[in-house]
Amino acid sequence: MGKHLLKVPFGRLLQEHPYAGDYFRSIGLSWKDSLQTPEQLIESVEEETMEDAGLSHEQMRTHFLEFMAQAAELMKNSKRRLSSLTIIGGTDKNGREENVEIELCPGDIMCIVGPTGSGKSRLLADIECFAQKDTPTGRTILIDGNKPTQNERFRFENKLVAQLSQNMNFVVDLNVESFVAMHASSRMVVDIDSTVQSVIECANELAGEKFERKTALTQLSGGQSRALMIADTALLSSSPIVLIDEIENAGVDRKKALELLVRKEKIVLMSTHDPILALMGNRRIAISNGGIAALIDTEGKEKENLAVLEEFDAKILEIRNMLRSGKKIDFELGEFLGLAEKTV
Amino acid sequence: MKLITVAGPPSAGKTSVIIKTAEYLSKYKGKIGIVKFDCLSALDHRLYTEAGLTVVTGLSGNLCPDHYFVSNIDDCVQWGREKGFDVLISESAGLCNRCAPHIKGVTAVCVVDCLSGVDTPQKIGPMLRYADIAVITKGDIVSQAEREVFAFRVRQANPKAAVMFVNGITGQGAYDLSFSFDEASEVSSLEGARLRFSIPAAICPYCVGETDIGVDHQKGNVKKMTFKEAVPNG
Repeated sequence: MGKHLLKVPFGRLLQEHPYAGDYFRSIGLSWKDSLQTPEQLIESVEEETMEDAGLSHEQMRTHFLEFMAQAAELMKNSKRRLSSLTIIGGTDKNGREENVEIELCPGDIMCIVGPTGSGKSRLLADIECFAQKDTPTGRTILIDGNKPTQNERFRFENKLVAQLSQNMNFVVDLNVESFVAMHASSRMVVDIDSTVQSVIECANELAGEKFERKTALTQLSGGQSRALMIADTALLSSSPIVLIDEIENAGVDRKKALELLVRKEKIVLMSTHDPILALMGNRRIAISNGGIAALIDTEGKEKENLAVLEEFDAKILEIRNMLRSGKKIDFELGEFLGLAEKTV
Repeated sequence: MKLITVAGPPSAGKTSVIIKTAEYLSKYKGKIGIVKFDCLSALDHRLYTEAGLTVVTGLSGNLCPDHYFVSNIDDCVQWGREKGFDVLISESAGLCNRCAPHIKGVTAVCVVDCLSGVDTPQKIGPMLRYADIAVITKGDIVSQAEREVFAFRVRQANPKAAVMFVNGITGQGAYDLSFSFDEASEVSSLEGARLRFSIPAAICPYCVGETDIGVDHQKGNVKKMTFKEAVPNG
């Protein structure tokens, strides 16, 4: 991205690079007409105004060019694909070797189970920073079979990992529509309107109760927020790896949410206490005492049992809805749940 | 001795970020010293000493804290050298958003907080715009989307800076930051060094204790507001 951009009139510049105006808008400058060039705009700002705002002409030029270069890079990288993620074991809290090597591919769902405080989040953190034997666990994480470069590890521009956890909230005071549009524009999305539309539709499919485009983010229920976060991560975040930390207690269609992420060719790692979620993964890691204690494939009988659990879960949901709508649970519950024969 | 200056709005998490980073840094870098600049009173030295770090506090009192910083930073360097530190980290709060106590040739860090809102990066000014590293804190409690938007806005304000997320509570990200601290240049004296940007001027009677209000007392560097009204929509 060369210096010549400073000399291109805004009219043409914006056609070729729709985001070019963002830099100037962010510092409160606007161009006079489509014939003005960035250089002329920068020159038109008086020394005193610059001084007051803590800016300088030279800095503005270099920052603008740097911004354009990074935006171009961001657009190029927005389709970053991974072919694999490898976890090479380290040690548990007592220094016992984990002795595992786990390879994950796009579309894989790996669940992480274990008691509270056993080290599930630590494993997610190791992946998040692409540990190279330099975290307390001594684990190594490889991308496409190789050690990540320094740049891939440390610079946010190239972040490969998106995170979702139940501690996360929306704090910005905007409605859903403007917020998703803001996110889309920071991701250099060209067709913002249709992107916003599809994120909101998708979130509404995941959430139990629907919300409107104009609903304020802060008014969303726990389940709706979580659904929007998942839809947004799946459709707008470019990161090919998604780490999920205990999202179970929200009113989200968990199955649909996972299917969505898998369809978007993400590698999903999810720490959970929920038996249904745990069995929904292709595999699961059991953590104890800070280390990977077992690696289990979900197959055969477990898949069958997942169906049973889901059926059971649907019944619990039915009871919840009855209670919510003011009904009484005064019928034979054992029978309803299919437990009756066994209790007799 | 390596010198790193850390600045950022109040309560952004500067102290926590420094403590977590120093924890990693001390594993391969030996002795670390801290200088804490503040205005009225600072209790953060307790947090530093609890973390096993040697700290001095400089209180600017009724002086502009950033002017105070500039007049004292070289003394801090001399103190650090006498103490035999391998790394000296200064912490100061940019209070008026126009200040940037960043020095040419000295690694400058600006800490900003996700919770402060997506418009904050453009309001901060030179403190962020002239930093080498922008550290974003409290990312663990906002959505992925907000983190991405916030990081984008930070990059918009300072496309040159490396942007990093650090969790001041768990220390996630601090390991990465410690690498950047380790890359800071060696400094033996700041005599003759230059600030990256001028810090705000303040030479009027009120700077030196005037308390009366009125035209008669407005002398020296006085600037009057222009009343350009923004008309309500519709």
